[in-house]
Amino acid sequence: MSPLYGQGKDTKNGEVMTTLTHLERLEAESIHIIREVVAEAEKPVMLYSVGKDSAVMLHLARKAFYPSPPPFPLLHVDTTWKFRAMYELRDRMAEESGMDLLVYHNPEAMEKGINPFDHGPLHTDMWKTEGLKQALDKYGFDAAFGGARRDEEKSRAKERIFSFRTSSHGWDPKNQRPELWNLYNARKNKGESIRVFPISNWTELDVWQYIHLNDIPIVPLYFAEERPTVERDGMLLMVDDDRFPLEPGEVPLMRSVRFRTLGCYPLTGAVESEAKTLPEVIQETLLTTTSERQGRAIDKDAGGAGMEVKKQQGYF
Amino acid sequence: MTETTTTTEPVYVVDELISKDIDAYLDQHEHKTMLRFITCGSVDDGKSTLIGRLLYDSKMIFEDQLAALESDSKKVGTQGQEIDFALLVDGLAAEREQGITIDVAYRFFNTEKRKFIVADCPGHEQYTRNMVTGASTADLAVILIDARKGVLVQTRRHSYLCHLIGIRNIVLAVNKMDLVDYSQEVFDKIVADYTEFAASIGIESFTAMPISGFKGDNITTLSPNTPWYQAPRYAGITLVDHLETVEVLSSVDADKPFRLPVQWVNRPNLDFRGFSGLIATGSVKPGDAIRVLPSGKTSKVSRIVTLDGDLDEAVAGQSVTVCFEDEIDCSRGSVISTADNPPQSADQFEATFVWMADEAMTPGRAYWFKLGTQMVSATVHEPKYTVNVNTMEHLAAKTLELNAIGVAELVTDKQVVFESYADNRTLGGFILIDKMTNATVAAGMINFSLRRSQNVHWQALDIDRKQHANLKNQKPAVLWFTGLSGSGKSTIANLVEKKLHRMNRHTFLLDGDNVRHGLNKDLGFTEADRIENIRRVGEVAKLMTDAGLIVITAFISPFQADREMVRAMLPEGEFFEVFIDTPLKVAEARDVKGLYKKARSGQLKNFTGIDSPYEAPRNPEVRIDTTTMSPEEAATLIVDTLLGDI
Repeated sequence: MSPLYGQGKDTKNGEVMTTLTHLERLEAESIHIIREVVAEAEKPVMLYSVGKDSAVMLHLARKAFYPSPPPFPLLHVDTTWKFRAMYELRDRMAEESGMDLLVYHNPEAMEKGINPFDHGPLHTDMWKTEGLKQALDKYGFDAAFGGARRDEEKSRAKERIFSFRTSSHGWDPKNQRPELWNLYNARKNKGESIRVFPISNWTELDVWQYIHLNDIPIVPLYFAEERPTVERDGMLLMVDDDRFPLEPGEVPLMRSVRFRTLGCYPLTGAVESEAKTLPEVIQETLLTTTSERQGRAIDKDAGGAGMEVKKQQGYF
Repeated sequence: MTETTTTTEPVYVVDELISKDIDAYLDQHEHKTMLRFITCGSVDDGKSTLIGRLLYDSKMIFEDQLAALESDSKKVGTQGQEIDFALLVDGLAAEREQGITIDVAYRFFNTEKRKFIVADCPGHEQYTRNMVTGASTADLAVILIDARKGVLVQTRRHSYLCHLIGIRNIVLAVNKMDLVDYSQEVFDKIVADYTEFAASIGIESFTAMPISGFKGDNITTLSPNTPWYQAPRYAGITLVDHLETVEVLSSVDADKPFRLPVQWVNRPNLDFRGFSGLIATGSVKPGDAIRVLPSGKTSKVSRIVTLDGDLDEAVAGQSVTVCFEDEIDCSRGSVISTADNPPQSADQFEATFVWMADEAMTPGRAYWFKLGTQMVSATVHEPKYTVNVNTMEHLAAKTLELNAIGVAELVTDKQVVFESYADNRTLGGFILIDKMTNATVAAGMINFSLRRSQNVHWQALDIDRKQHANLKNQKPAVLWFTGLSGSGKSTIANLVEKKLHRMNRHTFLLDGDNVRHGLNKDLGFTEADRIENIRRVGEVAKLMTDAGLIVITAFISPFQADREMVRAMLPEGEFFEVFIDTPLKVAEARDVKGLYKKARSGQLKNFTGIDSPYEAPRNPEVRIDTTTMSPEEAATLIVDTLLGDI
């Protein structure tokens, strides 16, 4: 964003006046949240999943502390099944930001060779949910930034910006602290940790627009390109490496596709698209007919309340 | 869309712009401003339906959500075969089952001019705290009334709470007009009733509109069903038009004097020292003269630093890092202000509280007090009154229960930089945090500081505590004994004093029973009185350490928070918590004074260990297990710890 702040247009008594834009206010709110955590937590960490929301969150952290680098490490809870392009961007961004990058692999999942092809929901459960708990416990982080947004899903719409987890990382939606004005109570009891969501009040469109205005690097998979794909259960999957088990006679087809969300490549459906630039991606996003999380299987697990149940169990 | 949806078409042309000229659309979106508002009303008023309608009309609902909505509407909806918009916004599983909105939920939608954040708040009286939470960040409140029912008790409660939290823009949305045949008379009657009530609680103006969230009347387009709804007699605009044009809070704040509460000091190397925070009010430019509170030191702003380059000006609502021309003291909790019009500091206030915890307020107990980036310890006096939120009557009260609203005085242990809440939400709004559970127990708004705190100053004395101590050739300390009645506190304390006395130390023993014969004979054994008992003993012990003495106290002092209060009064390292750890059954078996027997038979109320809790110290300096140690051994260990440490 250019240093020319205050380009919002409001009308007052029929006259146009300039004021902060909604993105400027959201940015200021997020930076305020990130600084509060650094001032009050003992050992914060930023969960970095390499997606577009993480990209925005990392950029906000860099803004919050400039000219210092953000005074906490990045943590990637890895499944070994992410797209190759994600690993490339992850390493590049860690270097550019001057932050330490911690990569965690659940050793049990590693040993058992848990993978999305053979183990179904267990894959997410062990690599991500369990892996995250293990990583936070191992390093003793007491506050973890996450890039979740309230517009993503119903149970997130009610979650606090500072969201407390029990020592077993459970979430109790009935027992959340009231959050007034921009005053955050970061005091925690023994064993508790905090998940902090600095971009809670951003929408998907806000995230895209902010990336556009700030030229924030994102994984090229968000843009359309000819990629080798196969169709499985109505989903277009990209064959990102030779671990992808092809059916007999199955040949990956080159299709012009892009991804709306990024996760493990065998679980993330691509959409056919010609959108090669950010404005085109945003255009397509706005005109599209399915909501963002539709590409992922996780919300459908337990009827309408899938995510809420997952979160109570410790999913981020 | 299906046949069962209603007929009012959304008027937005954004879709066309998105497909025809995405760059123009993005440019428009980039310049949107933001409005936060809350909706108040109960389920019956159609609150969720209205929000669902706003999301729907602004095309914030995707096709897959719409399909789910249509099938859910038929299964669990309350609108027969028609779309039940309320299902879009009732989130948590429990809420869906019970069909009520419990917590605050935040929703988002855009129009051509603005982005909106809606806090959807529950309406029942038992959720007063949730509503106050949602209202605390709002620029505007939409108060819903069911046209068939008119102004109800809950309408008054919601209006009062919105006014209390300082929302100046109030929309009275008279909903379900379709069910009263869009009657102008019905609308006029409701508005007249509300006008009378609003004036009585100090609401100066509001905007009334006849709407139907369900049918879509006067939401995005003026409805043909209410042709009488026209200026100048009525506002004559749609709800969305109003939301798009009303003035936002940050614009109001920008015109006030400059205030920046410091969150964090940015010091990457010796050449750079910046102070980071969110500007609460006013604006700042390089070259501006500033003053840092509470120290009062002045300097000038040299730079306003951001990742995108230095700024020529920054305004309320922006997160910035500022540098000064001079090296002056400034840290987290400081407030940077315009030099010629700084905020005041004080340590005693009158404030209005909203109590948010199941456990009622305990007058005299120490809580954490967080205001802006300042965190201090504070005690609250007995309330002057509470407010009946349904009738606005003032009632006498000894405490504040969950959801109670009341006015009380508050004393902080350090000076706090503040302004009245009416002048500045950031420097006048605070939360109280329970020191034991760390829960946020109350929200408060400062009304004014009390004169006495400004007029009673510390008198500087020539002979200070160090000189008193030097003459006695010792370092002062407080040995604070705590434990159940009959645990052996007095016995061991007595032995400790004898030992110290023999070693030529100047000591004084304050015993619980003895103090209650004199200094504290006006106090009983309620929780509040016990806290006051400990506070007074703490103050006396502190004066004695100022005089250079080693003070030994023997009180049950059952509450951790109260012991921490005394610890906080003393310099670091002078407070020794001595936990006389005797299990209840052992102490009860001894029952030296026959008190346990009386308590068990009900003759003695609030007896620690029986019908009043004992909170054991978490990290005492000394722990004495009387089941394994003789009183003599215990006394030796305590003296060794004290002298080894000082």
